Amino acid sequence: MIPKRDKQSVGQRFLAAFRDAGGVEVAPDLLLPAESLLDLYGEDIRARAYVTADPIRGEMMLRPDFTVPVVQAHMQNGAEPARYCYLGEVFRKQDMGDTHPENPRDIEYLQAGFELFSRDPDADAELFALFHDLLAPLNLRAEIGDMGLLLDAVAALPLPDARRDALMHHIWRPGRFRRLLARFGQPTTPRDFPETDAPWAGLRSEDEMIRRIARLNADAAVAPLAPIWSERLDRLFALQAPADQVTPLLRDLAQDMPAIAPAVDRIAARLQAIADRGIDLSAVTFDASHGRTTLEYYDGFTFSFAADRAGWPDVASGGRYDALTRVLGKGREIPAVGGIIRPGLVAELEGAA
Amino acid sequence: MIRLGVPSKGRLMEQTFDWFADRGVTLSRSGSDREYAGRVEGAEGVSLVLLSAGEIPRELAAGRIELGVTGTDLVREKLAGWRDLVSEVAPMGFGHADLIIAVPDCWRDCRDLDDFAAIARDFRAQHGFRLRIATKYHRLVRAWLAEHEVADYQLVDSQGATEGTVTNQTAEAIADITSSGATLRANNLRILDEEPVLRSQATLFANRSAMGPEMQAFLTQLGAA
Repeated sequence: MIPKRDKQSVGQRFLAAFRDAGGVEVAPDLLLPAESLLDLYGEDIRARAYVTADPIRGEMMLRPDFTVPVVQAHMQNGAEPARYCYLGEVFRKQDMGDTHPENPRDIEYLQAGFELFSRDPDADAELFALFHDLLAPLNLRAEIGDMGLLLDAVAALPLPDARRDALMHHIWRPGRFRRLLARFGQPTTPRDFPETDAPWAGLRSEDEMIRRIARLNADAAVAPLAPIWSERLDRLFALQAPADQVTPLLRDLAQDMPAIAPAVDRIAARLQAIADRGIDLSAVTFDASHGRTTLEYYDGFTFSFAADRAGWPDVASGGRYDALTRVLGKGREIPAVGGIIRPGLVAELEGAA
Repeated sequence: MIRLGVPSKGRLMEQTFDWFADRGVTLSRSGSDREYAGRVEGAEGVSLVLLSAGEIPRELAAGRIELGVTGTDLVREKLAGWRDLVSEVAPMGFGHADLIIAVPDCWRDCRDLDDFAAIARDFRAQHGFRLRIATKYHRLVRAWLAEHEVADYQLVDSQGATEGTVTNQTAEAIADITSSGATLRANNLRILDEEPVLRSQATLFANRSAMGPEMQAFLTQLGAA
């Protein structure tokens, strides 16, 4: 067991480095209004966050992450470009399923983080290099990806809007996505919507149902998606390579899917910018599907640093979350990229070394 | 001493008494119907504790009773990591009920979970908040929907009269226990065409740390060892 004090001092080390990198330290509240977090993250967060009640403010949540309060504070009174850093506890329930875990994870742990609000295309590389250099002594497995690449590939499929929207929406839910894609590859059998005597009930209106039925009827006339498209998508989603070798592979895929060419250019430029900062790309893995199973609001560059320990979460992770600022900004959007390190895990690795 | 927790009223209590009687153990309430004390005949070292069915999982896990009769639904909902705490000694063959998701019967475009997921997405876009499912089985329903990759919904707590929430517009769908489906139909609700979230029945559970020779002997007598 590493004493909490030691984890705290590792965290302070990262915080100091983040300050040196230009971060303004912020200290968001421990108790946050639950509503906006629940609306953003849905039931996943309710299962994992501690919710309590305040007689006046209503449902409050023990801080489950820093990103949302930092973005909210920035959108209220920040100017760009802005760099923020923080160190503090986050709280996550470890709800077990049928059995108790052998090594239960901490329910409160430190996060040291850095968030960068900037329209500079170099911001991704700046952030990644900052994390990479801080973590370099630990020999972690570095992986990167880009959700924008996948989103562009799906957006460009020759599909009617309704089908494309459904696929885009479920890109973070791999099973549902795969089933949808398989279904779109088959001829559709027209559905029947049997009449019922039941009176209309509930908030969903009859109009909403009629619109969906019309959409499904229109969908029944759609020709199946040619198999070549799901093959191309499969190839793209399965792409994994050392980052120094990935650009030609991506360019190759872009031959068949011209719509991803701009994203490929973006990725190539980012990789170059990372290499220019002295990072050996051959030791970084590019995984096209990296980020698909993480936070839904990462919609561009993503990265993670993992230790070779069974059952451990990533030691550090982050990404670009422009979509989150769009949701929280109610129409206003600020390009944003950020990441966190778990100092507790770093302290364990350093203690074991 | 083995403390046996049994639901304190209704059909569940009567059927539990019958189940034990078939195995030569007579359970009865002592004194009046209003008294929650019980008597055990036909078994040595066993005492009867009458409890609300909903409290039996917690009492078992806390070790305040060694055996308890309750539904699998309640054990799985209320005890995180239940397999490490209690063991299923014997399914008892009554109290059958399924935990299901039901939607308004007027939703002609909603047959299965894929429809439901699509409707939840539309609903969120249209109304600006997540489609609400009223339930008291938060953990079970959430885990099941996560496993099936359904997003865009939220659970709202309903500890009773759950079938009425849709009409009252406090929820768009419900997740609840049903045996015959009659209450659902009476409220113009229809079960999604899917395997239930859970098939539950009355079950005899034992606290895992109370499995000594005394317990073995009693379970053997019940034919459940």
